[in-house]
Amino acid sequence: MDIQAAKTAMEAKRAGRLKQTPALLADDVKKTLLTTHHPDHRADAYRTLKVGPNAGDRTVKELAGLLEAGSALSASADGGATLKSQEKVDVLIIGGGGAGAAAALEAKAAGANVLLATKLRLGDANTVMAEGGMQAAVNPDDSPIRHFADTLKGGHFKNDRTLLKILVEEGPSAVLWLMQLGVLFDRDEEGNLKLRSGGGTSTARLLACRDYTGLELMRVLKDEVINQKIRTLEYSPAIELLSGPDGACTGAVLKDFDNDRQVIVQAKVVILATGGSGRLHIQRFPTSNHFGATGDGLALAYRLGAKLLYIDTFQYHPTGSVYPEPMAGLLVTEALRSAGAQLVNAAGDRFVSELETRDVVASAVIRECHEGRGVATPGGRAGVWLDIPVVDELHGEGTIEKRFPNMMRLFSRYGIDIRKEPVLVYPTLHYQNGGVQVDAHGQATVKNLLVAGEASGGLHGRNRLMGNSLLDIIVFGRRAGQQAAKMARTADWGAPTLGHLKAFEAARAKAGIQSDLISPMLFPDYVRKVEKAPA
Amino acid sequence: MSPAATEPNPSQLVSVEIMGKPQRVPHGITVLQAMWYAGHELIRGVGCLGGTCGACGIVYRTKDSFELKNGLGCQTLVQEGMSFSMVPHFAAARASYIMAELKDPKEALFELYPEAARCVNCNACNRVCPQGIDVRSSVWCAVFGNFDQVAELTMSCNSCGLCVVRCPADMAPNLIALYARRAHGVHELKPPKRLTDRVGQIDAGSYGCEWTKLQSMSDQELTAFCTNYPKPSTVK
Repeated sequence: MDIQAAKTAMEAKRAGRLKQTPALLADDVKKTLLTTHHPDHRADAYRTLKVGPNAGDRTVKELAGLLEAGSALSASADGGATLKSQEKVDVLIIGGGGAGAAAALEAKAAGANVLLATKLRLGDANTVMAEGGMQAAVNPDDSPIRHFADTLKGGHFKNDRTLLKILVEEGPSAVLWLMQLGVLFDRDEEGNLKLRSGGGTSTARLLACRDYTGLELMRVLKDEVINQKIRTLEYSPAIELLSGPDGACTGAVLKDFDNDRQVIVQAKVVILATGGSGRLHIQRFPTSNHFGATGDGLALAYRLGAKLLYIDTFQYHPTGSVYPEPMAGLLVTEALRSAGAQLVNAAGDRFVSELETRDVVASAVIRECHEGRGVATPGGRAGVWLDIPVVDELHGEGTIEKRFPNMMRLFSRYGIDIRKEPVLVYPTLHYQNGGVQVDAHGQATVKNLLVAGEASGGLHGRNRLMGNSLLDIIVFGRRAGQQAAKMARTADWGAPTLGHLKAFEAARAKAGIQSDLISPMLFPDYVRKVEKAPA
Repeated sequence: MSPAATEPNPSQLVSVEIMGKPQRVPHGITVLQAMWYAGHELIRGVGCLGGTCGACGIVYRTKDSFELKNGLGCQTLVQEGMSFSMVPHFAAARASYIMAELKDPKEALFELYPEAARCVNCNACNRVCPQGIDVRSSVWCAVFGNFDQVAELTMSCNSCGLCVVRCPADMAPNLIALYARRAHGVHELKPPKRLTDRVGQIDAGSYGCEWTKLQSMSDQELTAFCTNYPKPSTVK
């Protein structure tokens, strides 16, 4: 059946589906669904790490390779030799997304001399793509306790509770901080924040700026960073961290893409805010992530000896676009499901409550496709329908246009009018649930190394709720910035050496790792390989 | 945009010109994918790959048309006879300000962005904007001090800067809009009462007792508490 015929068939059953409410699944049913169909449970996609602080732990093969890879500087790592630095700053922030920008603003405000280095441009990050919203317990029927309970449930009770308490308690003041910078959240008639529900929230708790929430946050933060005259090095990713004789982090080596020059930066404190890893295309999944999301921070921190947490779990967002082909992987916002959009299989039937948590919904979609109830695309993918027109039927004509202008525009470029037509979706690699283990101030297990945002792990447990990541990057980005400035006031610069690399190379050799892979990866390689003419 | 699940069909190639050089690339792919196909390694001019970050502005012409068009490289499909180049960055005059410290942001606009008043209504910005923003109106609204309307008009602006490329009055409408948006939020809107109330409650320690109770719970008790909070939902 071609896509058009399948669409007609599913539309014929729309009226009957409209009033159905699939029940939420019982815990044991949910568990079975996850173990059978969630990609986190696909044993052959995983392997055990042989070296480093997480030796013995399992992670996906793509990430394992990068964590155990060599450094671009391995060859020149002569151990304890002190390198000559070109820059000396209080606080070096690596990463220019939401967490990095928030950290930079706070560190600067606290009087620190800050340098922000980023791989692409300031603001080029997953933050900018966040559509659905940001959670904060501001409704009268809500409370930080309720936010805590929902998130812990969603994270399968594996969340770091200290971090989670901070997230929910500082959430409302983080929102206020953003508004004082000029972020324009949607308001109701009385001027209060307009709130919506999302998967796993027991009450309306999502703030949004239409479906451009991340874009609005990022452009305001970026403008403020520029106007606060915080020094920024763009197109200059970190390719290695530096360590002192005691193993503490003492700076980083940046690579300036324009001239391949290595810039050695000495810093009293380093904040890693490098984001996630969707562009590793784990298990060959398409991704919703930014071009630069290659897990750089994990590899850098790991070589320096920082312990990672929950690196065996990733979030596959249930509704990534699969058709038309150039849109493959692109997020179709969860807010559409919150607003009533229905998931429908090839037979025209609903198969899961759209408001289950992301891991459960994703597993259900995979099950439908795996068991032959998906729709095939000309690009060789499979998907199920997300029946978006239902939103207008439920809430009145014009709702989709008003609330989802970004979604409308993106699909309209390919001649698809989401007010009238369903779209095809399949889970897309969306979020790195785990990351570098941190304490309440963002402190990793390596001295003078702080981590904030998606690169850190623990807060979200084994599954992140919608809207908690934007809150995470602001709350913990700010905290890391404040903490780094505080530490810098009393700390001195340590010797910039590659001592840790020598130790890591020795461990690699001992474990028999012979891979010539270099990390961080920096970018996915999408350039077509052409066979060279024979010599 | 993610790598193809299947190999492109070489029988469906189209002829395009990438920054002046003829290339044959598969039909149905975007300009950025065509550049990768042709062998370009992209650093500048690639970002979110989802039409939101504004990194990949392009200028292009299509077959048999004199019209110069602009778009986003991750959102524009190649077609037979198309010629395109990237515009990853375009020099723009960016004003420097500390938004919170401005006394009269409406007046300040004319010191920071005096060129905003030079609009000649040519409409080039509206024709070029890949987000379909009424850029020209947003500039006039900024000039007249109607910052709330600027905010309404420019929500989808990703600052790709293509309007800057085309503006004969030499202004950067995207930056002017950003200024007006922020000024509206910082100086014209009051913080919502429910939000400030909640911040006050948290600061006053209103949830202290509940936290203490929560923190003294065993794992089992906590699981039960969360599962039943606020009340059990209907399960199958």
